[in-house]
Amino acid sequence: MFDTLSDRLATVFSTLRGKGRLTPADIDATAREIRIALLEADVALPVVRTFIAAIKERATAADVSAALNPAQQVIKIVNEELVDILGGETRRLVFAKNPPTVIMLAGLQGAGKTTLAGKLALWLRGQGHAPLLVACDLQRPNAVTQLQVVGEQAGVAVFAPEPGNGVGDPVGVAKSGIEFAKSKLHDIVIVDTAGRLGVDAELMQQAADIRDAVDPNEILFVLDAMIGQDAVNTAQAFADGVGFTGVVLTKLDGDARGGAALSVRQITGVPIMFASTGEKLADFDTFHPDRMASRILGMGDMLTLIEQA
Amino acid sequence: SRSQNAFGRSLLGLLGAGTLDEDSWTDVEDTLLMADLGAGAAAEITQKLRTEVARQGVTDSVSARALLRRVLIEAVETDAQGNIPDRTVKALPHDGRPSVLLVVGVNGTGKTTTTGKLARVLVADGRSVVLGAADTFRAAAADQLQTWGERAGATVVRAEAGADPASVAFDAVRRGITDGADAVLIDTAGRLHTKTGLMDELGKVKRVIEKQAVVDEILLVLDATTGQNGLVQARVFAEVVDVTGIVLTKLDGTAKGGIVVAVQRALGVPVKLVGLGEGPDDLAPFEPAAFVDALLGD
Ligand SMILES: Nc1nc2c(ncn2[C@@H]2O[C@H](COP(=O)(O)OP(=O)(O)OP(=O)(O)O)[C@@H](O)[C@H]2O)c(=O)[nH]1
Ligand SMILES: Nc1nc2c(ncn2[C@@H]2O[C@H](COP(=O)(O)OP(=O)(O)OP(=O)(O)O)[C@@H](O)[C@H]2O)c(=O)[nH]1
Ligand SMILES: [Mg+2]
Ligand SMILES: [Mg+2]
Repeated sequence: MFDTLSDRLATVFSTLRGKGRLTPADIDATAREIRIALLEADVALPVVRTFIAAIKERATAADVSAALNPAQQVIKIVNEELVDILGGETRRLVFAKNPPTVIMLAGLQGAGKTTLAGKLALWLRGQGHAPLLVACDLQRPNAVTQLQVVGEQAGVAVFAPEPGNGVGDPVGVAKSGIEFAKSKLHDIVIVDTAGRLGVDAELMQQAADIRDAVDPNEILFVLDAMIGQDAVNTAQAFADGVGFTGVVLTKLDGDARGGAALSVRQITGVPIMFASTGEKLADFDTFHPDRMASRILGMGDMLTLIEQA
Repeated sequence: SRSQNAFGRSLLGLLGAGTLDEDSWTDVEDTLLMADLGAGAAAEITQKLRTEVARQGVTDSVSARALLRRVLIEAVETDAQGNIPDRTVKALPHDGRPSVLLVVGVNGTGKTTTTGKLARVLVADGRSVVLGAADTFRAAAADQLQTWGERAGATVVRAEAGADPASVAFDAVRRGITDGADAVLIDTAGRLHTKTGLMDELGKVKRVIEKQAVVDEILLVLDATTGQNGLVQARVFAEVVDVTGIVLTKLDGTAKGGIVVAVQRALGVPVKLVGLGEGPDDLAPFEPAAFVDALLGD
């Protein structure tokens, strides 16, 4: 549907190629195309600005005597900057010294938290752990039932003392969930919470109260890869309201370019840890920064272009 | 908000200096970009405003702002041909049969919630409603719809997990007809538009319903937080099931839902309803002026 960056740059490069060096006009023309491609990939505007400024600076300073032609130089710079922002240290889950390890999930409505709870449980169970799912979404109709079904599919226990649908205290459930896990020797507790908006101060406070009740080792911010410019507001609101230690991108099995990955990483500095890639519990992977860079701007094609050039 | 300030400043800059410089126009465009209008629509609308500002010789900030508001409302209100589309939801019985509505969209956008809210509106209006739980895949999806049915006072037709969604939809419509219901609302499973198997399944759900009734509305539920992918979603869903209206959900958050501007323009499918919360009454008709005011941060 959208042109990839390589499509866009092909036009620019057809005039650039062979000139031997990048003129300021070349750099501007290239930067314009990169800007549009980033916006079409849903990278947040403030992040686009920072990114473009960095590209321009590096392109201007690029060594003109380098072995690469101008087109190759730009591609290389863009790729390096992208992977640099997305990558950094890819981090593993932090486990508690004294079990249980507590993982709390938070995010907007419908992002994929409950499904992720099942995925994490299945994945951790496969590594020999004994996870417990704790049903703290007592708001969304049948969120508790959903977590029970998901737990059954993952073959793990579910702590769900309250029926939900508006009945019960999520903070109380969170607290007793930890006690229950200790008594039953579960070494991991995954706390599913209700979806909430960044602007909902009351629900954000509830999330902070749940956090304080369970003292999590990890708080994972679950984010739909299809999100647009609002990624910045939302990520900031969750960072301020409850805080998070890792990001999980969901619905990566679609064709959204997922520019939000870049935005959230740049704005919060928190690493993206996992990728959710389908509705089934096995559709789950650790996050690969290089793949994400290719995805956002069609860099895969561009890197081949470098090799061909 | 930040974007509003950028825009406010730029317009004031324009009026102080007499002409708007490139940077100020960039700020105007940025406001639209931050609302998810997309690079194409943002550039087009900015250009249009620019032309109008020059043509009308606008001199004060109040008129300039009013002009932008008007340009935007026009872009949101009309289709690509400049006509104002019909935004009513066809949910009334006709020919002695219930109206049939199908609710579709990608995962987690708010289909089940919207179905429940719509039932609530209709029941409050004295209508009898049958809900069809044609999401037989998602964990506890039918339970969720059942809870909504109880809230709204609607009958729910459901089957066991894993059943054929088309046959649940068929049964729900049959139940609606035999009960003499006024409307049958079919909730479907979330599916990404890229999954051809699931999209084929959706086409089948529609065809099977059509064996015994006309499908009056196919509502595509779009999440306001969605970025440029929303246009791709709408395009593919419209191809597969002939979408008649958009429901833009989660507008109670900070997201502006600007992608619907492109969706309406490109596909001619109007936004009919908006979701403004998780409660049963948080559903409202789409109003272009209110949408634009929220977009501009008024
Ligand atoms: N295609 C796809 N669908 C997903 C993925 N993760 C979750 N889903 C679907 O997205 C929808 C919402 O997922 P949930 O897990 O219920 O999301 P949630 O964040 O718990 O939602 P709330 O509790 O209502 O806030 C469901 O239809 C899931 O099957 C994914 O990676 N890919
Ligand atoms: N804030 C807000 N939340 C909403 C709105 N509409 C739906 N939600 C929430 O979004 C989440 C997903 O809603 P559902 O109705 O389950 O979405 P769905 O499209 O049926 O999801 P799947 O069937 O899993 O694809 C739930 O937590 C809802 O309460 C809305 O207008 N505003
Ligand atoms: Mg959930
Ligand atoms: Mg649903």
